[in-house]
Amino acid sequence: MTILPFLVVAWIIAVGLYGLVTSRDLIHQIVCLIVVQSSTYVLLLGVGYVTGGVAPYFFDISPHAKAVDPVVQALALTDVVVEAAVTALLLSFAIQAHKRFGTLDPHELAPFKG
Amino acid sequence: MTPRQRRWLFAIAIAGFVACYLWAFAGLPGFGHYPGPYGPEILKRAVGETHATGVVSAVNFEYRAFDTVGEEFILFTAAAGMSVVLRRLRGESEHEPVQPPVDAARGRDLPATTSAVRFAALALIGPTAVIGWWLATHAQANPSGGFQGGVVLATSFMLLYLSGESITFRRLSPTTLLDAAEAMGAGGFAAVGLAAVAQGLPYLSNFLPLGHIPGAITSSGTIALISFLVGIEVASAFVLITGELLEQTLLVRQRKPEPEAARGGGG
Repeated sequence: MTILPFLVVAWIIAVGLYGLVTSRDLIHQIVCLIVVQSSTYVLLLGVGYVTGGVAPYFFDISPHAKAVDPVVQALALTDVVVEAAVTALLLSFAIQAHKRFGTLDPHELAPFKG
Repeated sequence: MTPRQRRWLFAIAIAGFVACYLWAFAGLPGFGHYPGPYGPEILKRAVGETHATGVVSAVNFEYRAFDTVGEEFILFTAAAGMSVVLRRLRGESEHEPVQPPVDAARGRDLPATTSAVRFAALALIGPTAVIGWWLATHAQANPSGGFQGGVVLATSFMLLYLSGESITFRRLSPTTLLDAAEAMGAGGFAAVGLAAVAQGLPYLSNFLPLGHIPGAITSSGTIALISFLVGIEVASAFVLITGELLEQTLLVRQRKPEPEAARGGGG
């Protein structure tokens, strides 16, 4: 089943987007956004995988051993850090919204816009 | 827009997404047959050129170091932005909120931290800090580096909080010191790049001696140095972020008994 990783990616995005659209709570919505973003880890690592390859670390093996692509792994690492930063910022906005309007429900927050 | 309409709109949009995704997927090489020229080329040269056996670190802190500078400043900006957003509110007490904050779980008693949790957290602080430090300083050899090490180091501060020592947590994480450490980590990374420029080399070139044994603690030149600086930056940014959020929880908890009148209306 060689297309399974890519189907998993599509599934994670779809589940996260569904949660984003139907959510009634800002914190839950932020978690859904994290779910959407975590699909990119699976995609990046899936794209760079090489059948029979080892992790790109050559401390105790030959530097010529067959390994998976290190560039996408570095990109996934970048992705994780950016996600953590964005999540922290979004959570502080949620705190601010709750303090101001006394609710975390995006439907009730809508009238306060502008 | 009603929730029902919203769901229909979502169904149409997701159908479009699935169609485009499958179309794009049809053009991808099969799983496990990565043909990209960039990755294999780096695999061929990295160990010889940088003396780092951890090729992911070599990519992050050498081949794509410029990219990583930008990434690190995203984290820096997020931590700064967060304290700006929350700080403005703290001094804003003279502006009454439109509605007083509703604590949805007011009726629930907070269970006291059990001694088992406290003991486990206290016992884990030391080992976690050591592992974090080890990860931040061994980017050249192992699956590690400043980003991972920094987060693990920050975890040891969170364990301190979990062990019930919130006063110790505050005393050991003074904001001024953490701000300085964060700035030093982020600025140090940029300065390492400028030091290369000062010697007439391209920005962020590896100008330090590479050492003789690949993967040894003295090998890989600027890769190990940058990773260490990133570790400091990430650790202090995450302790700052956690501290800000914890302070907000304490503020809400302190305010809790005050709106007694509002409680009668709740169902």
